[in-house]
Formats: sequence, structure tokens, C-alpha cells
Amino acid sequence: MSQRIPIKELTDSFRGRAVGALADDQLRTNFRVAMDSLMKKRADAFPDEDEREGLRELGNHIKARALSRLPDLLEQLEAKLTDNGVKVHWAETTEEANRIVHSIIEAKKGAQVVKGKSMVSEEMEMNDYLAERNIECLESDMGEYIVQLDGEKPSHIIMPAIHKNRFQVSKLFHDKLGVEETEDVNELIQIGRRTLRQKFLEADVGVSGVNFAIAETGTLLLVENEGNGRMSTTAPPVHIAVTGIEKVVENLRDVVPLLSLLTRSALGQPITTYVNMISGPRKADELDGPEEVHLVLLDNGRSGAFADAQLRQTLNCIRCGACMNHCPVYTRVGGHTYGEVYPGPIGKIITPHMVGLHKVPDHPSASSLCGACGEVCPVKIPIPEMLQRLRQENVKSPAEQPKVKDGGAKYSRKERAIWRFWARLNTSPVFYRLFLWGATRLRKLAPKNVGPWTENHSAPVPARRSLHDLAKAHLNQGDR
Amino acid sequence: MSELFYDAAPNATRVAPERPKPRTYPAKPAEVTLFGTCVVDLFFPEAGLDAIRLLEREGIRVHFPQAQSCCGQPAWTSGYVNEAREVARAQLNLLDNGMPVVVPSGSCAGMFRQHYQEVFAEEPDTLERVESLAERTFELTEFLLHVCKVDWQDLGQPTQIALHTSCSARREMNTHLHARELLGKLSNVQRLDHDHESECCGFGGTFSVRMPEVSGAMVLDKTRSLRESGAAEMVTADGGCLLNINGSLEKQQQAFRGRHLASFLWERVSGEVTP
Repeated sequence: MSQRIPIKELTDSFRGRAVGALADDQLRTNFRVAMDSLMKKRADAFPDEDEREGLRELGNHIKARALSRLPDLLEQLEAKLTDNGVKVHWAETTEEANRIVHSIIEAKKGAQVVKGKSMVSEEMEMNDYLAERNIECLESDMGEYIVQLDGEKPSHIIMPAIHKNRFQVSKLFHDKLGVEETEDVNELIQIGRRTLRQKFLEADVGVSGVNFAIAETGTLLLVENEGNGRMSTTAPPVHIAVTGIEKVVENLRDVVPLLSLLTRSALGQPITTYVNMISGPRKADELDGPEEVHLVLLDNGRSGAFADAQLRQTLNCIRCGACMNHCPVYTRVGGHTYGEVYPGPIGKIITPHMVGLHKVPDHPSASSLCGACGEVCPVKIPIPEMLQRLRQENVKSPAEQPKVKDGGAKYSRKERAIWRFWARLNTSPVFYRLFLWGATRLRKLAPKNVGPWTENHSAPVPARRSLHDLAKAHLNQGDR
Repeated sequence: MSELFYDAAPNATRVAPERPKPRTYPAKPAEVTLFGTCVVDLFFPEAGLDAIRLLEREGIRVHFPQAQSCCGQPAWTSGYVNEAREVARAQLNLLDNGMPVVVPSGSCAGMFRQHYQEVFAEEPDTLERVESLAERTFELTEFLLHVCKVDWQDLGQPTQIALHTSCSARREMNTHLHARELLGKLSNVQRLDHDHESECCGFGGTFSVRMPEVSGAMVLDKTRSLRESGAAEMVTADGGCLLNINGSLEKQQQAFRGRHLASFLWERVSGEVTP
């Protein structure tokens, strides 16, 4: 398959990376097997369709309500957290967020950071930023640890190393850690644990993400299954949480249904092994916990999506990953093909706001709009509708003032002209019938090579007579 | 819309909100308009004719306005709103006569029923007519099942088939349930499930030419699971999927083929074997 298109121009595009991924049988098997299993787990976790649909509707309402008063809630969150002794920082860009994190570490003369899983920190490329400043930032989530060890990026927002199977992990550990190869998954996990244990105790700073930031109580809620999140947020003397501004919800009651939706949609779990609720640093009479807690609230383009009533729904996302688990495109090409931090359907609709459409021009069109993502989204983001809207913004001319960051990335006079012609054809009955007449009578002359279509299909040959002709003869209704 | 939820009860219970009511169907009309769709028009015209025959068999007079063309979906899904709207307006004007509209393709019927509201969102004056068209539009299998309430005698030999439905249509309009129930009325037809049945065949309109490698991988998987289902053939009520699946099968030089459901049904109930 890879020989058929000029790879040279495509290597650095979605399509080019997809060609590479599709040719990797191991990768495709790893994804297909994993996604099939995750789809089944989700289905099993929601045995009652009415309950599931009711809960999704509720989740959607809670997020819509929270977003409708986002600025108020963020202020309330800041005030409450400050009361609780947490220092709140605001960052418009990832660069700013990194500077804030770095200055906190620097003030403590920290050299070692241990990190719980956080997609926002991936968005910031925090590891690289800190490494350039001689600060070691170690991933403590097993999946993140594996991809970090291999110099890779996560390929899934919940399961960062899902593109690897146990044999590949075994080889990686052997190569990088000098341990003996083993196919025993438990042993592989133990190897990781032993390495990480010491690091938790040595680290100067712990970094984590946030699943829900609760405005009413000033609480940061973090779910995880490995205990590394709790270690990262309690063992080091300083804890820095980083999160996107859309994670704020009104109160703890709102969290209950959202939490249920999150864990069941993600891994089919009724609840995660650990649910951490962090409302402040260690108090005077307490024996453990960090002495300092910081929260960095990152915008990074989210306010751009927020400004548009339709696209705002993108920010409903609670990062469960169900959309990618159910996506026929993601299942075949894997997360790295998307070339950015957030892969899959949610990546396609949120990344343009973060990095601009010029950087991800193919994101909106790399979908058959099958709707599997929207069907499973726990907070009912109409993902196909969002893709559709982004396609519109993507083909706008500069004069039409696209409403999304770097919109008009796919604006092409030639393509516009083709669609103008198509519209003319389909709005003029005479012209359209003439086209039918020509296509059916000259069917033998139909081109044998129809660009990309004939790479996967035989050349389409029009019928001998169109339905217009057949119906007219059959119904004897004449021209109307 | 966000304002709407501002006052939503903060502690709304887990009681499921009222599910949308199932569509209520009118009594069988005396006449209908058939909207053939551009793909059927050019590539599967016999299927369109078979749809007309099936409707006529139920005593319905079928109109086929010669001025019809395309529903506008290709431009709409490609982001060309103005072009889509122009074409949609032409069909809307043509079909604006109160008569039920039957469409032998799920995704095109879905365009009328679900997406014209978005296409004309900025034209409040047009929306009333859009709503009327949406209410009057029926995908063929849905119409035969729920409006005509067909009662068929299967005149064909025993056979086993696989069913494929356009994924947007099945999600928007439950076309898979209608087709299954309709096929269930044929005593000699056994419907076999195939692997990953609800997964997209990879067509997606212009997706198939913008991302040919990904689309190609999807249709390859789809055709394999269809062939491995044990069915003698595949049937579908969606022209786009059929074009995609059959084109791929032919390229692979497989003997297995798909057929439009209208043609399959006509063959079973009329006893006429199409060449």
C-alpha cells in the first residue's frame, strides 16, 4: 500500500503517518485487540440502556451548566483554593504554564520531579521543558513510564502505551533497564514499580493532572488505578497540579454522575482503585502530605472554543477515551498518526483550537462521520457535528473570516470552483439531465483511473440508463 | 443553548429523562414521491425502479419528479455550506407539495430528516418547510414496514444473506432495525451476522478519496467479514456503501457481491429474477 502515493510529500501529514501505521501489522493487531476489549468492557459496564442514556443526558447537562458560567466558577475555585492554602496560577499558553512550573521548582531548588499521569502536562511538553533546565521529570504511571523510557509520546489518553504488547515492553525493559526479558505481565509491572518506588521518596516535587476541579469546596479530584497519583501528590514536599480551565464543575454532587460516566466509559470500571480528593497542603497537625500545593490553570486555546456556542460543546469532554476506543479510524491507524497530544475523535475536534488548523489541516476530514464517537460520548458531545463545523471553517477564504484558530487552512480556489460547478449541475435540471444522458450513453468511455478511488475500487461504470430515464418510461409521467 | 441549562436542577436525579418518542406513522397514502438519489440514479437505477415497483405493489401511485438531482450531502459533509444549501433548496422547492417522500438510501433520507435543519439554520423563514419535509421523509425500508405494513409471501429459494446499513443512517434513524424486521418477513431468507457489523465500511463520501489508505483498510476489513459471514450475498439500502463495497470486491476479484435491498426484496416478492 505504501508505494502507491508519493510518500515524500506526505510523511509529515496525517495521511502520510497513516500509511506507515497501516503497514505495521503488529501495531494494527495491538490496537484492534485492545479496542475490541475496551468496547466490550464499556458495553458490560452499562447493562441498562435507560440508565446509561439518563446518565449521559445528566452528564451533558452538568457540563453545559458548568460551562455556561465558566468565568464565575473559575473565580470561585480560585477563591476557595486560596482559602484552603493552595496557590493558584493562570497560564494562557503552554509556555507560560511551563515557566510557572519551572519557577516553583526553582524556588525550591528542586532537581527531581515525579509525575502522575497528566495529559495537560503532555500538552505543555513539560518533560522536555524541564529537562532542558536540568530537571529530571519522571513519569510514574506505568504506561507513561513505558513511553517515556522509549522516547515516545502517548498513543491513547487513558492508556499511553496501548500500542505496545507485553513482548515489546519486555524487550524495552531489557534494553533500557538491563533486566531479563519476561513475558509475565505482573513481573513487568513489578520491575517498573521497584524502579519508581525510590523515585517517589527522592523527588522534590510531584506533578499531577486533575479530573475535576470543584469550585464550591476548592477540591481537586484525581482518579487513577496504580496509586502512583497518590504517591506523586503526597510524598514529595511540593505538589503542582496542572489542568485545563474546562475541568471546573460546580459542586461535589455534580461529580458523582460524572465520575460514574468517566470510569465506566473509559475502562468499564464502576470506580477507579484510587479516587484522590485534594483540598489543600498538609495542616499543622497532620503527619503527611505536601507542604505546598499549586494549581496551574491552562487555557491554551480553550477560550477560543468557549467563545463559540456550538464549538463550546467540545469542552464538555471529561477525557474518558471512549470516542477513540470506538473509532474505526483510530483503531486502524493508532494514536501517533494524529501527530499531536490528543488523538482520536476528541483530538480531531480539540486540537485545532490549541495549535490552529494550519498545523492540523487534515484533522477535520480524517473521519467518515460514522458517528460511533458521538454515540458513546458520556457527555454527549456531538462530535460529528463538531467535525462538520470545523470542515466549514477549514475551507473558508480569508475574506469569509474563519472563526477557528488558523481557519481556512484548506481553502482552495480550485476546489471551491469544483463545488461551484457541482452546485450548478445539481440546481439546473436541464444541465443535470444532460449530464446523466452523457454519462450513461458514453459509459464505455468512463475513465479507468479515477484518482484515489481506483486505488481501492474498480473503476465505477455508470448504468446504461439513468433512473430518470427508467422512471420516466415506467411511470409514463413525462417531464415535470 | 447554554442559558437553557443554567438553571438546571443542580442535583437532578438519576431518573432517566424522557426518551424521545418513537416516530408515529401516517396511514398508507394514495401517492408518494420517490427521491431516487444521485448514486442510485447513475449507478443503481434498477434498484430505484424496484423501489417504485415495491411501492406500486402496495397500491401506491409513485411520482418521480424529473427535476430532482442530489440531496446536497457531498458538499455539506465537505464543508461547502453555500453550495450544499443551493442544491438543498432546489430539492426543497421541488418536494414542497405535502406528499410523502420515499428515499431508497438511508444517508440521503437522513440528510432530509436531520441535516437540512442545520443547512438552513440561518434562514428561519425556510425552517417551516424544512420541518415539513423532514416529517414527510421516509427511508424505503421504514416506509414499507411501518407505513405500508407489508405482508409478503416469499417466492424465492432458501438463501442466507448479510445486511449492511449506512452507519450514519442506522444511528440517526435505526435503519438497521427496519431492514432486519422487513427481512424477517421473508420465510426463506436467513440473515447472518457478520464480524464488527456496526462498524463503518469506510465510504464516508469524500473521506474515501481524501483518506484513501484509511478508507481502503476499512473496506477491506468490511468485505472480509461479509465474505466470512457465510452469506451468499450482502444487501444494503445505501447506495454509497454499496458503491464502496462492490467496487472493492471487484477490485479484489472476489465473486461475492452486494445488492441494493430494493432489488433483493422485489425479487423475493415478485418471483422475477433480475438478470
